Amino acid sequence: MNGADAVVKCLQKEGVEYVFGYPGVAIAPFYNSILDTDIHTILVRQEQNAAHEASGYARITGKVGVVAVTSGPGAENLITGIATAFADSIPLVCITGQVETSLLGGDVFQEADISGACESFVKYSYIVRDVKEIPRIMKEAFYIASTGRRGPVLIDLPSDVQLSALPHFDYPESLRMRTYKPTVEGHAVQIDKVMKELSRAKRPIICAGGGVHLSGAVNELRAFAEKYEIPVVCTMMGLGVMPTQHPLFYGMVGNNGQPYGNRAMNDADMIIMAGARVADRSISQPSLITEGKILVHIDVDPAEIGKNAGPTIPLVGDLDHVLASFLRHEPITCDHGAWVTELNKNRTESEADKNAELKKALTNENPAYRGVNPQAFVRALSLAMDDDAIYVADVGQNQLWSCANAVIRENGRFLTSGGMGTMGYALPAAIGCQLAAPDRLVVSVCGDGGFQMNMMELATAQYYGIRTKTVVLKNRWLGLVRQHQHLSYKDRWSVTDIGDYPRLDALTRAYDLDYVKLESDREIHEKIREFLQCENSVLLEVDVDPDWMAFGDFHKEYHR
Amino acid sequence: MKRIYSVLVENRAGVLCKVAGLFWRRCFNIDSLAVGETDDHTVSNMVIVSSGDRRTLEQIEKQLNKKLDVIKVKTFDETQALSRELMLMKVKYNRNNRRDIMENCTIMGAQIVDMSNSLMTIQICDTPERVDMFLNTFKTISIVELTRTGTLAVTKCSEA
Repeated sequence: MNGADAVVKCLQKEGVEYVFGYPGVAIAPFYNSILDTDIHTILVRQEQNAAHEASGYARITGKVGVVAVTSGPGAENLITGIATAFADSIPLVCITGQVETSLLGGDVFQEADISGACESFVKYSYIVRDVKEIPRIMKEAFYIASTGRRGPVLIDLPSDVQLSALPHFDYPESLRMRTYKPTVEGHAVQIDKVMKELSRAKRPIICAGGGVHLSGAVNELRAFAEKYEIPVVCTMMGLGVMPTQHPLFYGMVGNNGQPYGNRAMNDADMIIMAGARVADRSISQPSLITEGKILVHIDVDPAEIGKNAGPTIPLVGDLDHVLASFLRHEPITCDHGAWVTELNKNRTESEADKNAELKKALTNENPAYRGVNPQAFVRALSLAMDDDAIYVADVGQNQLWSCANAVIRENGRFLTSGGMGTMGYALPAAIGCQLAAPDRLVVSVCGDGGFQMNMMELATAQYYGIRTKTVVLKNRWLGLVRQHQHLSYKDRWSVTDIGDYPRLDALTRAYDLDYVKLESDREIHEKIREFLQCENSVLLEVDVDPDWMAFGDFHKEYHR
Repeated sequence: MKRIYSVLVENRAGVLCKVAGLFWRRCFNIDSLAVGETDDHTVSNMVIVSSGDRRTLEQIEKQLNKKLDVIKVKTFDETQALSRELMLMKVKYNRNNRRDIMENCTIMGAQIVDMSNSLMTIQICDTPERVDMFLNTFKTISIVELTRTGTLAVTKCSEA
């Protein structure tokens, strides 16, 4: 057995099903060994996408996504994928080939200091210098990636270490790491304090973040909210924690969120932040919003608590455990009926306006805009999808339309690149999702900018027979930047016009995809049906006027 | 506000770089940094002196604790600690200032540890403030070379 065999053996021990990656000389021993196993390998078209595909896979299965690429440019291409996963705390183990140990530091062919380059956005990194360390390092890597605050772990594996003989393979059963002991259970005293405050609060609200998904605490959160009738809002990463149409759900908060959700946060007297970072896009002025309120901050990462807002009650722990403790706690009496009624009133008014507007769009004979109302489209698309469908939104205006308008059902998921905002995330992530859940409907929704960043993955999907359902909202501009130039730069369109290419109908022929084109609001339902019913992989091109703003206004006076 | 962090870390390649990188990336100050092995050769001790507002100082501790090579972070302020710094300073002397230099050394408890007919090397080991004070007396003297270790600190026995 050599080092490469040992790495592969470790992957088997960890129950790894898929490895996403791209080979090269420095990782060739690994890919040679993996051939003798039943682990599936997915050859991507560019390394960044390997990380996004592993990310989609990890987010749906709750398991660690595994990536293996070669040294130098292979590893460097992976960086954006790793950083994207880090920003959203997605558990990955990324293995990079490296030049021979004796050549390290010599600036030889395809050498890059990848662990140095990735230091600020990996949870941990290793350079393996001794073949005997492989079992321990692999065990640690999977443990670190999948516990505490999840995140990517990098293992840089010189080619000579992969080829060195390992006489004795022993995969450790347990770990002894003196530097890493994540807190899982919430402290009983703090749990008690939260429950006490909750019984006193008149206007409590839960703000749920991506941590709820990562910790597998969706059911516990719903149960907790329902048990004590606590309204819930969420961050972008927390979308799907509550079904969109749940009576206690008041939408996404933040500068791209629902006005009634933000208002609910403002009017609350107690905020329970659950697995959310209090990040700038969700809560731009933490001191203002938390002023005069009880702020409970629950996070598995102690460093997030107090980083952006000083909590009244800090509570460190994994959310599934913490929420289970709340549920087990001796029941408290509280009455939030009046508060909920007030929030419902705001929501009903706001939604009624919106529904009327979207409904009007569908029957409008002479709209002021060209093509399709993107909000009406997104709403209709999500409503036509299955209960357990996975909606993967890319980055840009399309993402904000999706966040505000997509309806996520009880068993549905909504994925996007929240923290890093990596354009091109949706298609590869959707491929990972489809591998993770072959029987579920997975739809990626992109703009024409983001789609072009990673559209080469259509080849990966087609090669392996992975079904893709891709929506491209085509407005021929980098819409969100264009909107910014409209609002802040007096319509000086600098480097945001991306034009008409590629012709998507021709592109779908090149990849053997089915093609559906949607050009007007009146065809929305019909074309969505056609798109969703397609057995084959399919791309839906949606013609969108570039004068749409992300928050849904159409700018009549804002013409080229 | 100033704060001292005594950080026990794994004695491994790259750890200093990771810790220093953390300060750089998150815009934390490093006023001084001293590293050395402890009695356990697998463990190094880093003494980092930093300054900032309360939230920053709290974040430094939390972010250090988050690093997987960090075993333990102790944090304290100057009044709770005994701190020492070693300075070696090579100066040019002549007949006129030689006596002054020697007197200053005696007053401050510094030692002349090396000498030639025009140069002498002075060693002082004291609190960072007293090292600064001593250094200030050399304003008119030509310093050829100077090096300081950075602050080393342990909490006072009464703090334990």
